[in-house]
Amino acid sequence: MAFRAAVITFPGSNCDRDMAVAVEQASGTAPIRVWHGDAELPERLDFIALPGGFSYGDYLRSGAMAARSPIMRAVIAAAERGVPVLGVCNGFQVLTESGLLPGALMRNAAQNFICRTAALKVENNQTLFTRGYDAGQTIHIPIAHHDGNYFADEDTLDRLEGDGRVAFRYAEPCNGSRRDIAGILNRAGNVLGMMPHPERAMEAEQGGSDGRALFASIVEAALITA
Amino acid sequence: MKVHIHVSLKPGVLDPQGRAIHHALEGLGFDGVNDVRAGRLIELDVADGVTDDALDEMCRKLLANMVIENYRIERMDQKETA
Repeated sequence: MAFRAAVITFPGSNCDRDMAVAVEQASGTAPIRVWHGDAELPERLDFIALPGGFSYGDYLRSGAMAARSPIMRAVIAAAERGVPVLGVCNGFQVLTESGLLPGALMRNAAQNFICRTAALKVENNQTLFTRGYDAGQTIHIPIAHHDGNYFADEDTLDRLEGDGRVAFRYAEPCNGSRRDIAGILNRAGNVLGMMPHPERAMEAEQGGSDGRALFASIVEAALITA
Repeated sequence: MKVHIHVSLKPGVLDPQGRAIHHALEGLGFDGVNDVRAGRLIELDVADGVTDDALDEMCRKLLANMVIENYRIERMDQKETA
């Protein structure tokens, strides 16, 4: 069975094409492109991706408008049924604003837009997104964001750490994120939000291919459960 | 009726924007500013029948992010007649 994925495009998304190319490269099948105003997702999805960008011009708060768009009701319902959902950068902001992930992404501590390759530590490789990495492995993935400063209260942070829900951590302080958190999972482990862009690290020509294992892991997980 | 929604960061949440404004004020030579917290003012023009509960729900569902922000609702017309 072909891998059925959907990439959601909001007005202002700008990494949706890169995301679609990465998914196709990993799975051999082009994902279905879905518009924010659609009320329903395609049936029998193996994977949903929320791409980076500046949905709705970051009006009110980054991701706030997109989180309340018609398609997100369907994404939330699919996530609750266990469909794997990945949100990258603005997609991570949409996931926190929609309540699928705890916490919030605030303006970077130094107020600056950060655009460079970051070293990340794989904190948990026992997830459907990260099983292709080694535990504690350091990977290099591009980051490009203004609002990536992860905030949650201490109780929430302790719970995330205790439950192994910190997937990735910056190898060194980056944007002010509490406990250097770069990516977190929901309680069920089928929703991952991360600020770094794995879809921009698929080929040596892009400066590195450390993102490949993430997409390969997602495709492999779908084959196992099929 | 005009309603002002004041959205501010919760105490204890670091405010990088407020800190930058603080530094800029100091750079302009203004002494005696102890702290700066930046927030957001949202002006609504609502029908008279819109209840306090409805305004509260608007804040919790969209206008404020309850993880990091507090809000205060101020009905402007009531204030003028008071």
